[in-house]
Amino acid sequence: MTRGKTFAQRMTTLAVAVAMAGLLGGCATSGNPKDPIEGFNRAMFSFNEGLDTVIIKPVAQGYDTALPTPVKTGVTNFFGNIADVFIAVNNLLQGKVPEAASDAGRFLVNSTVGILGVFDWATDMGLEKHEEDFGQTFGRWGVGNGAYVVVPFFGPRTVRDTVGLVLDVKADPVANVDHIPTRNTLLAVRIASDRATLLPADKVIEEAALDKYSYVRDGYLQRRRSLIHDGNAPRAIED
Amino acid sequence: MKWLLGMVASFVLAAGVSAEEMAPDVLVKNVTEEVLSIVRKDKDIQSGNHKKAINLVEAKVLPHFNFGRMTQLAVARDWRQAAPAQQKTLTDEFHTLLVRTYSKALTEYKSQTIDYRPFKMQPADTDVKVRTEIKQPGGKPIQLDYYLEKQNAAWKVYDIEVGGISLITNYRESFASEIRNGGIDGLIKSLQTKNKSGEAASVKK
Repeated sequence: MTRGKTFAQRMTTLAVAVAMAGLLGGCATSGNPKDPIEGFNRAMFSFNEGLDTVIIKPVAQGYDTALPTPVKTGVTNFFGNIADVFIAVNNLLQGKVPEAASDAGRFLVNSTVGILGVFDWATDMGLEKHEEDFGQTFGRWGVGNGAYVVVPFFGPRTVRDTVGLVLDVKADPVANVDHIPTRNTLLAVRIASDRATLLPADKVIEEAALDKYSYVRDGYLQRRRSLIHDGNAPRAIED
Repeated sequence: MKWLLGMVASFVLAAGVSAEEMAPDVLVKNVTEEVLSIVRKDKDIQSGNHKKAINLVEAKVLPHFNFGRMTQLAVARDWRQAAPAQQKTLTDEFHTLLVRTYSKALTEYKSQTIDYRPFKMQPADTDVKVRTEIKQPGGKPIQLDYYLEKQNAAWKVYDIEVGGISLITNYRESFASEIRNGGIDGLIKSLQTKNKSGEAASVKK
């Protein structure tokens, strides 16, 4: 990155600005304390669903059908390897030094022996893949969720995770590639690859959810809580 | 939104064998392996035959679930205001919904394998958590935990947690809002409508 903002950063700024406008505007309230701007969120959810139906999902389906599984796994690994650097930084910020070291080790092994990350040998060697981002780091530092927000293009977040998202995008090596056509290609492939891995989930969610909006919301909130506790969150359910 | 994947995998794996007095971790393992081995061999289920998957779930999985308890937990504090007949209808409809969902997930099964985490319990325990992990190529393993309760000498599953998302908790908010808007009967009606539309969709297929 040399000067000014990248395209991805501008898009995030726009998306976050829209989300924040929704927050300040208040909109219709639902009585659910976790989701005070439900009216706005439902509108954004429909917008994102529309975008998905028209563009993202068809592209992901094409990608999924056209490529053999080993290629798709290679693509997932490639982007996962780039993400490991960023995950290491977040683990470090959370004071989890052994995890951060493991992430750095993963990156070293997979970038070299794994040929630019296409093969994930590190997992076979016992270096487990982690999942971290700035939203989780803030959560670890004790920052509360804030309201639930559906961010245009990016989907479910909370206020805390929306702030995290801005930093995630700023720190994203792919979004900061200088050569614009390369960057756009990489971003497009990553979106197609990420979305393709979620295709099986679509049908199950359609089958499971009484109301898809709240099913996705409540799933997101539970998932984030679990991630912040690294999978050991205290049991929330009571009789 | 990677956590959504876990939901799929969980439904695939929440499957069952028959066994009285079997330790909860052994039960989870046997059921999972039996159902997966059937799905791995069944081309119909792999290519999306929902009916066949439903039959498999009915036969192998259902005996090990306590749907009454699951429904009660999902309806939470509104459960007490439901009449016994309403409680029965709710349980039946929720049962149908979960079976439809599980069996749908079975048709999406690819090549994931399961790791069973070490399990410890005291002889007097009647409520335990069995931890497993779904391994998949190119992805971080997904945690899949089963909550079981001992009932007349048999262990029954009453909740499943996938990547930290509890199946039961995930229904709570939407159940509560259905009840706020239309009472217990409103929730029953929504569940019935949902189940009917699901059925119509799979018949068309």
